[in-house]
Amino acid sequence: MRKVMTGHKAVAEAMRQIEPDVVAVYPITPQSEIAEYYAEYVHDGIVHTELVPVESEHSAMSACIGAAAAGGRVMTATSSQGLALMVEMVYIAAGLRLPIVMALANRALSAPINIHCDHSDAYLTRDAGAFMIFAESAQEAYDYTLIAQKIAEHPKVRLPGIVNLDGFTLTHTADVVEPLEDEAAKKFVGDYQPFSPMLDVDRPSTWGAFAMPDYYFELKRAQQAGMEEVPAVFLHTQEAFAKVAARGYRGFFEGYRLKDAERALVLMGSTAGTAKVAVDELRARGEKVGLLKIWLWRPFPYREVAQALAHVNKVAVMDRALSFGAMGALYNDVCAALVHEKNKPALVNYIYGLGGRDVSTDHILHVFQDLKEAQPAHTLRFVGLRE
Amino acid sequence: MPAELKTWKELPLGGVVPGGTTPEINKTGSWRAERPIWHEDKCIQCLQCWLHCPDDSILTKQQKMVGIDYDHCKGCGVCAAICPKDAITMIPEREGQCGK
Repeated sequence: MRKVMTGHKAVAEAMRQIEPDVVAVYPITPQSEIAEYYAEYVHDGIVHTELVPVESEHSAMSACIGAAAAGGRVMTATSSQGLALMVEMVYIAAGLRLPIVMALANRALSAPINIHCDHSDAYLTRDAGAFMIFAESAQEAYDYTLIAQKIAEHPKVRLPGIVNLDGFTLTHTADVVEPLEDEAAKKFVGDYQPFSPMLDVDRPSTWGAFAMPDYYFELKRAQQAGMEEVPAVFLHTQEAFAKVAARGYRGFFEGYRLKDAERALVLMGSTAGTAKVAVDELRARGEKVGLLKIWLWRPFPYREVAQALAHVNKVAVMDRALSFGAMGALYNDVCAALVHEKNKPALVNYIYGLGGRDVSTDHILHVFQDLKEAQPAHTLRFVGLRE
Repeated sequence: MPAELKTWKELPLGGVVPGGTTPEINKTGSWRAERPIWHEDKCIQCLQCWLHCPDDSILTKQQKMVGIDYDHCKGCGVCAAICPKDAITMIPEREGQCGK
């Protein structure tokens, strides 16, 4: 049934259907309402989850790690500074191969302090070892929360997963969302089979053991192997989802009017919606433009992105965060994807929307226009900035 | 590198170690700078050393102190400090007897 709900509510609904054993969470704008909705479900007896109201995000992820190592299905949610405080423990969740799924309501990092959307929090966690998915809409945030849980818990993967949704733009905006029926959602996610749970007193185990130079390297290589399994499991899980949902997702990204495009954008998150309107407008004027919207950012689908962009003349890669002293992280990914291709597009890097700076269709139209003239160079260009 | 070290494909998920296997492999006694020496004649079998040892290295038989597990004792000296009868004293490791 189609309903009107915010991105918060959509994520909380997916969490209600997953019904984890433990949710440990600390409030932070613009994530807080996810925790608030879930606390209501717990209070009203709708879910049988142990909600742990911790004293910080570092503690939130620590509690999640303990609960997951004990054998529980565990989820959390955070934003911005909260993730920055949590990130030490995200690395540990990944190293211990604990399938903790978190909603990340994307928000700019301080200083200056700001509560609005950009992707600097996600970029901070880029190398932590969690697989990362970006949603364009509340619907995608709902769908990918269910999908992420299934990927995270897959025996070949067993890694934390982060579902990114743009703060305020998606979290606080009401949109039409069509959730699965409870039974269908629960059946899709399935039961959780923990690995070597700590609370199994008949088979005791040591979690978080020290590794010297003789074993640390091998354990990190094994962790990378878990990440290498994500793409196949991601596609398989999308397929399984398409069988139970009225909509289907296919692939690591969405190509929008991309197949015959001469110029294209690559970006992540809610700006894709705005970009589609701009693409349609230019197409109506006969300009061959398109969009590649990333769903799966980590692990990055190098081969598939290269295939999808090889025929394009010029590509604007749009990063919603600065990686100080370097080009945008997404730009670097796309460069790396294309470096071995014989025919490759010229690439230009645009930084946009920092600290919630609004991105309108006019801005996207400007990017497409600017892209015509822009010389490919490792120089940042800024969208909607007062020069 | 010794041949018995495992490859990355042979390791348990997340480095989770099956119970009871760590002390067999890791002889932490090699970390020791000072060695506890047990003087049986002074010992009153109060077992304070056994209670306080952080490495489970006080060997007991039928609830009686019988010696020290030098394979795992790290030489922290807690046993010597807690002993009410000076029945355990610390000596520099280089003065100790090999394997004892």
